[in-house]
Amino acid sequence: MLAYIIRRVAQSILVLLVTGFVAFSMFSFVGDPVENMLGQERTQADVDRLRGQLGLDQPFVVQYAKFLQQAAQGNFGLSYRQGREVSAILAERLPATLELAFVSGLLALGGGIGFGILTAIRRRGISSNVIMTLSLVGVSLPTFLIGILLIYVFSVELGWLPSFGRGEVVDLGWWTTGFLTVSGLKALVLPAITLGLYQMTLIMRLVRTEMMEVLRMDYIRFARARGLRERSINFRHALRNTLVPVITITGLQLGSIIAFAIITETVFQWPGVGLLFINAVQFVDIPVMAAYLMMISVMFVGINLIVDLLYFAIDPRLRVDGKAGGH
Amino acid sequence: MSEPVLSVRDLVVEIPTRHGVLRPVDGVSYDIAAGEILGVVGESGAGKSMTGNAVIGLLDRPARIASGEVLLQGQPIHQLQGAALRKLRGRHMGMIFQDPLTSLNPLLTVGDQLTETIQEHLDLSASQAHERAIAALDEVGIPAARQRIDSYPHEFSGGMRQRVVIALALCAEPELIIADEPTTALDVSVQAQIIALLRRLCRERGVAVMLVTHDMGVIAEAADRVAVMYAGRLAELGPVREVVTQARHPYTAGLMASTPVASQGQKRLRQIPGAMPRLDAVPAGCAFHPRCERAQARCRQAPGPTLQACDGRAACWFPITHEQEATL
Repeated sequence: MLAYIIRRVAQSILVLLVTGFVAFSMFSFVGDPVENMLGQERTQADVDRLRGQLGLDQPFVVQYAKFLQQAAQGNFGLSYRQGREVSAILAERLPATLELAFVSGLLALGGGIGFGILTAIRRRGISSNVIMTLSLVGVSLPTFLIGILLIYVFSVELGWLPSFGRGEVVDLGWWTTGFLTVSGLKALVLPAITLGLYQMTLIMRLVRTEMMEVLRMDYIRFARARGLRERSINFRHALRNTLVPVITITGLQLGSIIAFAIITETVFQWPGVGLLFINAVQFVDIPVMAAYLMMISVMFVGINLIVDLLYFAIDPRLRVDGKAGGH
Repeated sequence: MSEPVLSVRDLVVEIPTRHGVLRPVDGVSYDIAAGEILGVVGESGAGKSMTGNAVIGLLDRPARIASGEVLLQGQPIHQLQGAALRKLRGRHMGMIFQDPLTSLNPLLTVGDQLTETIQEHLDLSASQAHERAIAALDEVGIPAARQRIDSYPHEFSGGMRQRVVIALALCAEPELIIADEPTTALDVSVQAQIIALLRRLCRERGVAVMLVTHDMGVIAEAADRVAVMYAGRLAELGPVREVVTQARHPYTAGLMASTPVASQGQKRLRQIPGAMPRLDAVPAGCAFHPRCERAQARCRQAPGPTLQACDGRAACWFPITHEQEATL
């Protein structure tokens, strides 16, 4: 198992090197940053001096190595637009995105697994049919449309919930949170639903399919034949056996909740990294874009690593270390 | 003889389909006494597994018991549902499935699965249930049961897994065991061990066993009595020695003639011509008559022969008679 972990970590590092390369190439291929930074009135001497300062006169490989070295320390240089440390800007924006992603993820997981089990067990029930039909809406409507619809109903017509922003936040020094104020919590509701709905329907349909598959297995029949309670059969025996594929997909989905919060953040003007990224794209603020890219890839790789390790916790068959097993 | 553990009376299982109602089990009756093994034999689709599932209430919808009775220790159970049925399962009747590789939950240790079953049915503390689980594994011949109890199913071989399955079916001490092809998925050498184990448990505990199989060899070795099924009906029912050596129903005789016997050398196996009818095309009269050499006009007329209408052993109007029978 240790060998497996080491191998997976090595693979993760390789993935990060490749995305790092893509992020780094943006600096070279998307325009010349020096021209942007110095503006119209510049001399060749200014340009050369800045190139020297930024290390742009060095060979490509050296530049890449330096970029990686800096990136590994969380240093992505200055934002072209704001003139501040990119890492500081990200750190300031990240809590908003992570809190939103956390609440959406919870919603997607809880709702997805709960409804998935319900619709698998009561396959022919009315509630199942209603949920399955509604889930089609969740899968097929684009995120921005759901967001706008929610804003229209709950903010414009009913006036219950705010249509944009984070509400009041409490600054804890290293973290700003909207969890501690009423307006912060209210502001979370609509964006969290918008962001989590698609993932929820996806997880729900997956859990349902897997669950129906498992419920047909012999060991479920055998559990019935032993007179175990339905609750124990459904949760202890069936649900656990659906978890491996569900966790795989869920892990990827949680990653994409953070990564693709961009649309939701734009619709709700949520002051997170997604909105930051969209603004950076508009201004060709490459250091911010590169840093965002690296941050997302670190998150994806990290989540995948955790998912792989969770397999071992769930399925004892994978834990066999050369011990006699198999068939 | 005391009251039988299981009595099945005129059991009919129906499956409604778009093209009419199918009858995979059609008027089957038999008893199993305590400490007795009844072998139920027949080709695939003869209704033997369906009978077992009907008894324990595990028919897959839309199959259902249309008529007839199932009595467990004299109590009718064929109409029970929900919690009442659940309390009988495991506690008073257990089931063993064909494939030990798939009948154990791969994610729980065998100890977890045993103690959960024991605690469901018996009022025992966790540690008492644990001890009982060890005893159950010990009884079915798992060596070093105390150490093996925390193993997962994949850490056992196929034969050992089937022993675990038997321990699970028996751990709450049911009076009836339905064993559905318990040896089919196993190696021949392991088959004999499992059969010996079933026989031993049956004798020692006085459990009634319904042994469903298509393997005449297994029946001959294990069963006390045998019920031969054909197209959902009983063809022949009698003590295993008599049925095997002196089959009265032409179908049973054909089945015996087509069973290979290793010691009998090179004799060419005989086949029964044709195939068992599909459920939606069971002929009128005796279901076997299109394949039967002895068939006459009466065999083609409905109603077909039943055990009760004939000699009580073979459902055949013209059973094979054996000369030496008188001496038995």
